[in-house]
Amino acid sequence: MAVLDLRRKLAILSDAAKYDASCASSGAVKRNSLNGKGVGSTEGMGICHAYAPDGRCISLLKILLTNFCIYDCAYCINRISSNTPRARFTVQEVVDLTLNFYKRNYIEGLFLSSGVIRSGDYTMEEMVRVAKSLRLEHDFRGYIHLKLIPEASPELAAEAGLYADRVSINIELPRDDSLKALAPEKDPTDIKRAMGRMRLAIDDHAEPGRKARRRAFARSQSTQLIVGADEAKDGDILSRSANLYGAYRLSRVYYSAFSPIPDASHRLPLVRPPLLREHRLYQADWLMRFYGFAQSEIVAAGQDLDLSVDPKTSWALRHRDRFPVDVQIADKETLLRIPGLGAKAVARVLVARRVTRLTLDDLKRVGAVVKRAKPFVVTADWRPGALTDRDDLKAVLSPAVQLSLF
Amino acid sequence: MQVVRLASEVDFAGWRRAARVLRAQGARPESLVWTVERELFDNAEPVTDAATTFVVPAAFMEMAQQVVLNRSLDRFALLYRILWRLEREPRLIENPADQDMARARDMAKAVSRAAHKMKAFVRFRRVEDAAKETYAAWFEPAHRVTEATAPFFARRFSNMNWTILTPDVCVAWNGQRLLVSEGADPADAPSEDAQEALWRTYYASIFNPARLNPRQMRQEMPKRYWRNLPEAALIPGLIEAAQDRAAAMVTTPPRPPSERALKAAQRHARDAPYNAGAPTTLDAVRAGVSVCRRCDLWREATQGVPGDGAPSAPLMFVGEQPGDQEDLAGSPLVGPAGQIFDRALAEVGVRREQTYVTNAVKHFKHELSGKRRLHKTPTQGEVSACRWWLDAERRLVRPTVIVMLGATAAFGVMGRPTPVRETRGRPLPLPDGVQGLVTFHPSYLLRLPDAAARENAYRSFVDDLRLAGRLAGLAATSP
Repeated sequence: MAVLDLRRKLAILSDAAKYDASCASSGAVKRNSLNGKGVGSTEGMGICHAYAPDGRCISLLKILLTNFCIYDCAYCINRISSNTPRARFTVQEVVDLTLNFYKRNYIEGLFLSSGVIRSGDYTMEEMVRVAKSLRLEHDFRGYIHLKLIPEASPELAAEAGLYADRVSINIELPRDDSLKALAPEKDPTDIKRAMGRMRLAIDDHAEPGRKARRRAFARSQSTQLIVGADEAKDGDILSRSANLYGAYRLSRVYYSAFSPIPDASHRLPLVRPPLLREHRLYQADWLMRFYGFAQSEIVAAGQDLDLSVDPKTSWALRHRDRFPVDVQIADKETLLRIPGLGAKAVARVLVARRVTRLTLDDLKRVGAVVKRAKPFVVTADWRPGALTDRDDLKAVLSPAVQLSLF
Repeated sequence: MQVVRLASEVDFAGWRRAARVLRAQGARPESLVWTVERELFDNAEPVTDAATTFVVPAAFMEMAQQVVLNRSLDRFALLYRILWRLEREPRLIENPADQDMARARDMAKAVSRAAHKMKAFVRFRRVEDAAKETYAAWFEPAHRVTEATAPFFARRFSNMNWTILTPDVCVAWNGQRLLVSEGADPADAPSEDAQEALWRTYYASIFNPARLNPRQMRQEMPKRYWRNLPEAALIPGLIEAAQDRAAAMVTTPPRPPSERALKAAQRHARDAPYNAGAPTTLDAVRAGVSVCRRCDLWREATQGVPGDGAPSAPLMFVGEQPGDQEDLAGSPLVGPAGQIFDRALAEVGVRREQTYVTNAVKHFKHELSGKRRLHKTPTQGEVSACRWWLDAERRLVRPTVIVMLGATAAFGVMGRPTPVRETRGRPLPLPDGVQGLVTFHPSYLLRLPDAAARENAYRSFVDDLRLAGRLAGLAATSP
């Protein structure tokens, strides 16, 4: 086999990693290198060091240790049956790349994933070696996100937790039966079990009583669901997410519109990625996490979200009897359900109304989208009257031209 | 009209000194002109200090320090106007909808965004031939945030020497402290760094042409920053080629699977396990439970939780189903109910390792309430479906006594609805010659609201366990 130079390897192994939507570098424990020998800091807020022309944030050096893989997951560019070029980094190469990029302020840290070679344990061990070398030999205090291999032993996953700020296992397909069909070697129970163990470990290390003698440990875990590779409806996807947030306290579920890949499998749709659908799923996810909506209120299992309006507007249109809401007196939960009012705007409304009678202009200044909120609110200078119940209200609120994300 | 002259563009202390005196003197906001310009015929009267202090909300001071770093010309005047109004409207600071407050907040927000973008977009280059590892960067911040942001770089890169050069001001770190000097020129920074070729390779490869969205990119990485970002030169080319690359992925027909895939398929066909029947070992039960699809509960659960304990224990406990903690850990009766169970067992002198503990249903049935998973009683159909595993465990462990914890367990073991209250506490012979004994489920003890009733029920529970232990020949014989 020809020996690849570092640049070629980097091209192959970052290309192979780009279908992972996760990029967060936030939520790590606060630390810096003032009292250390190495380099790095994490101060809570994540930093996006660049943006690619796809609009996605580049925060971490997101690469695979290798894209050789013994599995044959139909949606994956690295599946064994794909003819994509293959490469493998040495542990030292990844360590050096991370430090060189970090010292030039290109990145917040490392996101390391890998194809499975030989066995789950062998692969996981190699990944842990990278993180261990960065932390122990180089006193690296930047961010590390490690992908867990679900089949790897619990001891290795626990060791990964010692060096990583976040770990993740991708479920990829929202329905277990499609996982069976499209990723025959993956076992949904293996994945869930590994997530369960990780939640117990994270909870255990976060217990306040143990603070004094505890070692640093990962603070959170996340996962990714691919949207549009199987038949799952939005309702199924969101119900899966609700289950994941509830069972494993995931900090994030990422949704990734299934995107055509070079040398794709004939078993999957070769179409443009459903970006708008992905966007709506994120909005719905936000409603569940920060706006007090239950999954069943947003969309029923077996149903899809309405793509023409955001899910909160869609809910409001279906529950017009609850509107208009007087922003001067409504409680927080009710305010959060008004279309066009985000969590920040609601917080500011609650403060501002103690000293002033709110007008539409005031709403605008606290950050609300007045055009969307108008049919649903009463302010000092505005009543929607019959507007709330107009039959064509949805058409009024839909963007005139479909969002052109592509 | 009075002209107030400040020492520099970011002279917050000077503004504060002047504003304090001016407000005390009753100088109206519209009668003042704030400037840092030096003029030949300077007609500014120096603001004379007067021993006046007054208090303002801390939130205002915090915001004002940010606002001063904004490049907009009216920032000092705006801040003075708010300060002036605060005297008459003390609650102004609490009104985020006020025009002046909203404008000041926008300015502060722009400053904090500029600081954030500085943390993101500074690109260091290695200075060749320096004794210690040394880096330098040329950067043009959107607002005057360089000095305020420098400590961030000191905390992050504390063991390197580095300099950030900007048109406004330069900051440097020598490993011990920050040094500030006059603004500089781009030519003062190194012109290249070998790592940039690798960084550009990474930037081009991580981009997914099928998701092209340059508008979103420009929103987060405005063009004004591009000329100092080594990767930005690639952007036009990447955008131009994207449509074709994405189209090619869609139109290129799938190729036959790789050679390696075919070999792996053959290996798999050779080594795949044959299909086994009813489990004949407890290990087979463990493996079987983990892939069980006999009912639908596996979908929402983490894992099947098989029994655990001595492989030929004389005493078997059957609970209802795993709870939240059991579902995560993969072991039966380890949550809050498990702790009660362990306590009661210890009281009667039986060690848990001597027994075998399992559940009538092996997957956690629950419903979501917000983010919490609440236990839900399994249906008779689910219990019946799961009896396949319970029967296998009974057959393989061969206990002499089976304790049924609660009604679901009793239904699982006996195969018919068995009310706990009427049957608990006395031996019930089972068809296979085993002694059965029904008692409360420990989580029932947890749910009783009344302390006295709880204590009573717990005593009966302990009595039942003592009886079971005696029947199985495990516990001390006298109560």
